[in-house]
Amino acid sequence: MFEKILIANRGEIACRIIDTARKKGIKTVAVYSTVDARAKHVRLADEAYEIGGAEATESYLNMEKIIEVAKTSGAEAIHPGYGFLSENETFAAMCENEDIRFVGPTADVIRLMGLKDQAKAAMQTADIPVVPGYDGENQEEDHLLQQAKSIGFPLLIKAVAGGGGKGMRLVNSETEFLPALASAKREAMASFANDRVILEKYIRKSRHIEVQVFADKVGNVVYLHERDCSLQRRHQKIVEEAPAPDLSEDMRFEIGETATKAAKAIKYRGAGTIEFIVDVENGLKDAPFYFMEMNTRLQVEHPVTELITGIDLVEWQLRVAAGERLPLTQDDIKLNGHAFEVRLYAEDPSNEFLPQTGTLYHFSHPQENQNFRLDAGVDQGDEVTIYYDPMIAKLIVWGQSRVEALRHMRRVIKDTAIAGVKTNLEFLYSIFNHKSFNVADIDTGFIDRYIDELTSREEQSFVPVLALASLTELMPHTDGNDIWDWSDGWQLNHNLKVKQTFVENGSSYDLDVTYLRDGFSIELDGSSYEVKLLKQSQDEIHILLDDKKVSGRVIKMQHDFTIFCDGMVSYLHHFIPGADERDSGKIDGNVVTPMPGKLSKLLVDNGASVSQGQSLLVLEAMKMEHTIKAPADGVVAFAGISEGAQIADGQLLLRIGEANG
Amino acid sequence: MAVIKTNIDLLGPEFETNREKMLGLVSDLEDKIAEIEKGGPEKYRDRHEGRGKLLARDRIRRLVDKGSAFLEFSQFAAFGVYEADVPAAGIITGIGRVSGLECVIVCNDATVKGGTYFPLTVKKHIRAQEIAAANNLPCIYLVDSGGANLPNQDEVFPDREHFGRIFYNQAKMSSNHIPQIAVVMGSCTAGGAYVPAMSDENVIVKHQGTIFLAGPPLVKAAIGEEVSAEELGGGDVHTRLSGVADHLADDDNHALELTRTIVGNLNREKKHDLVLKKSTEPLYPAEELYGVVPAELKIPYDVREVIARIVDGSEFDEFKQRYGATLVCGFAHIYGMPVGIVANNGVLFSESALKGAHFVELCASRKIPLVFLQNITGFMVGKKYETGGIARDGAKMVTAVSCANVPKFTVIIGGSFGAGNYGMCGRAYDPRFLWMWPNARISVMGGEQAAGVLATVKRDGIERQGDTWSDEEEAAFKEPIMDQYEHQGHPYYSSARLWDDGVIDPADTRRVLGLSLSASLNAPIEDTKFGIFRM
Repeated sequence: MFEKILIANRGEIACRIIDTARKKGIKTVAVYSTVDARAKHVRLADEAYEIGGAEATESYLNMEKIIEVAKTSGAEAIHPGYGFLSENETFAAMCENEDIRFVGPTADVIRLMGLKDQAKAAMQTADIPVVPGYDGENQEEDHLLQQAKSIGFPLLIKAVAGGGGKGMRLVNSETEFLPALASAKREAMASFANDRVILEKYIRKSRHIEVQVFADKVGNVVYLHERDCSLQRRHQKIVEEAPAPDLSEDMRFEIGETATKAAKAIKYRGAGTIEFIVDVENGLKDAPFYFMEMNTRLQVEHPVTELITGIDLVEWQLRVAAGERLPLTQDDIKLNGHAFEVRLYAEDPSNEFLPQTGTLYHFSHPQENQNFRLDAGVDQGDEVTIYYDPMIAKLIVWGQSRVEALRHMRRVIKDTAIAGVKTNLEFLYSIFNHKSFNVADIDTGFIDRYIDELTSREEQSFVPVLALASLTELMPHTDGNDIWDWSDGWQLNHNLKVKQTFVENGSSYDLDVTYLRDGFSIELDGSSYEVKLLKQSQDEIHILLDDKKVSGRVIKMQHDFTIFCDGMVSYLHHFIPGADERDSGKIDGNVVTPMPGKLSKLLVDNGASVSQGQSLLVLEAMKMEHTIKAPADGVVAFAGISEGAQIADGQLLLRIGEANG
Repeated sequence: MAVIKTNIDLLGPEFETNREKMLGLVSDLEDKIAEIEKGGPEKYRDRHEGRGKLLARDRIRRLVDKGSAFLEFSQFAAFGVYEADVPAAGIITGIGRVSGLECVIVCNDATVKGGTYFPLTVKKHIRAQEIAAANNLPCIYLVDSGGANLPNQDEVFPDREHFGRIFYNQAKMSSNHIPQIAVVMGSCTAGGAYVPAMSDENVIVKHQGTIFLAGPPLVKAAIGEEVSAEELGGGDVHTRLSGVADHLADDDNHALELTRTIVGNLNREKKHDLVLKKSTEPLYPAEELYGVVPAELKIPYDVREVIARIVDGSEFDEFKQRYGATLVCGFAHIYGMPVGIVANNGVLFSESALKGAHFVELCASRKIPLVFLQNITGFMVGKKYETGGIARDGAKMVTAVSCANVPKFTVIIGGSFGAGNYGMCGRAYDPRFLWMWPNARISVMGGEQAAGVLATVKRDGIERQGDTWSDEEEAAFKEPIMDQYEHQGHPYYSSARLWDDGVIDPADTRRVLGLSLSASLNAPIEDTKFGIFRM
């Protein structure tokens, strides 16, 4: 086994790897970019080296520098985690040349599985079922269009070098094909410097079931059962579980054996995942499944496999990389209970899941125990920057059964609180409260199909949230040394009435609040509510709202509240008349960035006449493309911006002026 | 400290009768205030808000610290005095916390007769300034006024305590380092222009506040110049060209924010030498006061039952308990602050007056603030007492109370009649604050006594001429006199004329005294020099 390893990654996965290394007595070397100098993985590692600027290309993708650090520090192996260099064949080859062990398969295998068309061809050769499609050399638009027609719609355009949904487009009809093709190619070029695509039959109702395989260098291959990752949004996994619900033992065996066969066929080594698309249009029983792709690395969702098998996948990776044989045979690998993982993202579900950046002003969660595991790359006070993936943490639960695991997850989500950046916590909670999800009636279209249900709430349910905000804001204290320190709003011969306005998602709530002797009365839209404080400890607050007990957690930052109440996460701004009106700078026609990023493309010329809703420019931020649209009809005046420019949050991009004449 | 044990039967019929009577008075008080609190007529209020201006009370709410108490003065000012309805005399005054400091706020209500100054408006404004001066409290004037009420000019302009006194007070307070801050949120015409101009620092609201000695109509009449109000004295002119104003605000909210910032930069701190204790609530709920106080003024009761429901922990260390028992004196704390309490428990005798004078001397020497709970029909009359020199002893008490240089607070909890008013620190004795309960009455003597005196004089005259005067005739003679005394002795009548600082709910007495007392500590407690005590 190694004495010291370098982890060429950041965030939760770097922390995860350090954790196992530490248990095995292996020293760890972290690398970090300039913005990560105080990051959690740097804090946890035994040694840490700065390797370059914030942009991943300057740091976490800087192969020479990382190799140099490995040599300087005396690390015998490099664990690449996922993302970044984990599936980079050049890097794997460089490691081998420098006599540093790359924790992963060989460069050849990475290359083979990285190119979608070759991977598919290799699998076809090995008699593994694949999805009908086109993966030819000819990339001319007309030719691709012809191929598309012959495969039929809907179909998928996928970047050959892609992954994680980038460079991928779903095309429902022929007319959509060419624009989607252009967009996919542009994204692929930007992400992978390779815009070649393949076409693939799109299966209307499918489940994404993937199998965790492990192989050692002497050719032993086992599978560690499957994971179901059907809950995806724009091909990004949101919820993963293991095992796949309702999968028969026969089919589990069949799909596992198929995966093993596939790994053997390419002489795989280390941890890998074979992703299958299961056509469930006619149910899961005896459903056909096809090879989609193989991920030649540790997956984000590996913890669910760990929880049902009891195997530390990172440990196995290190053992295999160190030349050891697999510790267990297929028969020894058990399947115990059920596990879920959710990805907690800094994103705004109410605003098209726009990635969020900022400081984690508050981050609290339940204590880890046998039913709950937290894999986090950040602590309270850390930053979520524009430079890297906006995932904050993974919440992982285990239960004897799926039903029990569901229960654990609901509680865990409910008791987790993050403020400072918006997150998808409430969205996750909605998923775990959804009837269909609870009975495992899932497929890859689940999120899209129920998106409105999952992102909406009952109007009435907002009153407790407003009451919590109002009470927190006014929280009278009556314990000062000086009676004038008391803030209970005492007035002579009448009660103090104040107006409060809270804004959430552009909706304004005007409250008329009257201070009463032992609480408040709140009027909202003609209804009146009595609110009394029961107990407050730190940010937890319990109130009586018209004789009903309401509990919540309120995190207050200046005039912004993040309120956690009954699974709902609300981001309220306390509107301050005057100050807010002046600060907002609401000037019609000004377009400011919703988030920091890089201006990747201008779609109209300066001075062009545009109509409302027309696309004006494309902003690349948090590794996603965002199209900025015209808020009104008029003439565009760009505010001194050009393609490739780095744009700050809230920066003025352009102004839509009135058309002359 | 000694704890007062109550002897009140909470379940007895008396308690219930008293309680009902007092609740009726309190609810009438709240109803009246609810009406006054609205300000001017609805259409003027709507018009005011329609212009983007905040209503007077909303201005105060936005100015003060979140949840700050507001100790309002003279809510009943001008109540029933003029033919026109002038709620709160068109001006709201009181103490509120602004940026952590207790400040006197004087706020015109433009929805009441355009915020013009009636005679009682002037009196109320000046009273607020007196409070600021006595207690060393910064003044914030939220100005939105048409100036003097012209039809009443003879009672507004010329005299010593009239309009001019406002600016005199500003100058004198400023000279004593009591900050004077004005916020021009509407007109400041003619004399009114001096409110911001005499201030240490001021704010004006853009396109809304104006300051000029003569408005456009007068300018045109005088020199033929045609000019708009904004050009003549708007915020832009005064902050950019004339220098009459210091800060330009976009709107009311902004102006109030700027004012809070100004107060935040005053570099002031409340300092005092009182030895404080930890505050504890009284053992008995304040609401019990409703049932403690008899429905009729004539019925005697133990004033200690009142004290027990006002002071910390109902703890009261009595002084000279066994001597001059009709005056209760002793030490207690209110919200942790030490006070000497002087309370009536019957008519004043020589001994009571001597005891009172002694106790006031003690407090003055020890620099302990004094609280007077007034329920007094007067000094004892009759040959025995005159011979005993009750006038001499009464004079001692009046001398002591007049000269004692500690903050004094008076609450009239019952009758306030005759020389009793003097000895118990009536308005003329400059208590820092004087509050009245709704059941209280104030007059030179009781209505019955006054009618009796006048009837006796009249009867003597009639009988000297050999005529007769029947009992019915006498009753008919006395009735209007008693009615007059009842009417003029009523707390609303008193409050309307600023003989006091406000009528308060008995259950609020502790809070009102606490706020008054704490505010008074902004001014240092000076040494006392007593006059000659007639021995």
